[in-house]
Amino acid sequence: MPVHAGEGKGRLLVLERPLSFWGGVDPETGRVSDPRHPQYGEPLGGRILVMERAIGSSSSSAIMLELLRNDVAPAAIVLGSTDAILVLGVLVAEELGYASIPLIDVGRDGFKRIRDGSGGRGHVRAGAREALLRVAMS
Amino acid sequence: MNAVTATPESTPTLSDDERAVLEGERGPAPQLAMRIVVRMARILGARELVPVASAHIDGCLYHGDGGVEFAERLVALGGKVGVPTTLNVGALDLLNPRRVRSAGHRREMAFRQMRAYEALGCRPTWTCAPYQAGHRPERGQDVAWGESNAVVFANSVLGARTNRYGDFMDICCALAGRAPRTGLHLEENRRATVVVDTGAVNPALKERDVFYPVLGTWLGATVDERVAVVTGLPGTATEDQLKAMGAASASSGAVGLFHVEGVSPEAPDLATALGGRAPEAVLTPGAHELRRVRDALSTTGTAQLDAVALGSPHFSRDEFSLLEALLPREPFRIPFYVCTGRAEYQRLETSGRLGRFEAAGVEIVADTCVVVAPILPARGSVLMTNSGKFAHYTPATTGYDVVYGSLEDCVRSAATGRVTRDEGLWS
Repeated sequence: MPVHAGEGKGRLLVLERPLSFWGGVDPETGRVSDPRHPQYGEPLGGRILVMERAIGSSSSSAIMLELLRNDVAPAAIVLGSTDAILVLGVLVAEELGYASIPLIDVGRDGFKRIRDGSGGRGHVRAGAREALLRVAMS
Repeated sequence: MNAVTATPESTPTLSDDERAVLEGERGPAPQLAMRIVVRMARILGARELVPVASAHIDGCLYHGDGGVEFAERLVALGGKVGVPTTLNVGALDLLNPRRVRSAGHRREMAFRQMRAYEALGCRPTWTCAPYQAGHRPERGQDVAWGESNAVVFANSVLGARTNRYGDFMDICCALAGRAPRTGLHLEENRRATVVVDTGAVNPALKERDVFYPVLGTWLGATVDERVAVVTGLPGTATEDQLKAMGAASASSGAVGLFHVEGVSPEAPDLATALGGRAPEAVLTPGAHELRRVRDALSTTGTAQLDAVALGSPHFSRDEFSLLEALLPREPFRIPFYVCTGRAEYQRLETSGRLGRFEAAGVEIVADTCVVVAPILPARGSVLMTNSGKFAHYTPATTGYDVVYGSLEDCVRSAATGRVTRDEGLWS
């Protein structure tokens, strides 16, 4: 279901483990900065970020805002469960006139299907009531 | 592969007053704040908003220029908080500006962010323990608090009602005077669903401060967002012990509320805490398991030590008294930091006790702390602490390795410059 409306396209980045944006993503480069995370060093910028759930500090909304401000944010975020922290950073970014991105919740099963798929490029379109995720093999 | 998901649109029902704020009748700042509160309420599926009696703001800590821009936007729009609001730590020690080694753009922006939140009418308390600086909501009162340890304390120890409001949401609730009525604001979500029975733990250990951060760390990692009721703790468990436990639990997991049978306000007995229902799980952490959690709070086994830091959450009056009684005659051989709020700092100053701590080599950090600002010696590599929260965050935020020990262990180790720990109660 849509968490936040918008449209985004990019290569999929499926996180093998949940991630805290605060302490886990560099707000200036947009790369995963937690050395214990399996996707350490991966850039989020321009990707369709697929993650089971966001975890950790509620300051992650501040990091989300910085990613949008610094133009290194994902093109869209696809979650396995609705998260109130990351979307807050997106709402504040809109108030400040920065770029915005869609967030959608595909549920735990939806997450597993995407995780077990073969990757490629994704296209997210979210409206007020409906969300669409299309994945094309690259 | 295509996936289409749909949901019925849910819009919270607003009172006339709330609608007026949303339509801008009270000015542009409350309008912006209410717009965000209502959009979040919709995302969270809340059917209505709840008036909040107070707020505690975590968003005043600098993470980047966007956060400063947002705070200054609210100031420019004439924003003033609508309810009594305290401030969590900033990235600078305003009482002792040389304490934090930051310079240039970062320092200037951190300062601007702190000043902007003051300009919004928040009280410059600069502490992560506002509940020990005069901000104590009543049982059953709905509030909007940020900072994970303050949230878990407000819910668990005071019986007030708040969700984990982080950066931006905290100040929006304070300006709008409302929060989405969901989560821990609702009675049914405050009921414990998990019982944690500490009956297998050595009773002598449960009397000691050093036990509580370990139990909290275990709790957070084990129950996460679920609400637990802990049984078998002594009725003498102190506020500072519960504060340390809560802070640790909210570091290792997403704990927002726990109950302690016979101690915390919503758990006079087990049945009440469980809301008269059967628990989904009964967990019994054993001595071996807790010992392992305690060991995992340290990231090194080295005896060499570069600094000690206490005070996460910020040191209380009672904790200063405990430390004072342990101060050695000779000054500490390594830097010894105690982080506290400015209210406590000023109390030490006026009561003439500050000198005793300074003579022993204690460096008191106010307004901020060692894991959110560059304070620890640049060349050191091992920090010892009695705080589960410091133990959790120190490696990632400072690059230091960490050793967890009791207050007594920390004092003894700082006196010699080498790690000494009392292992007796843990065996």
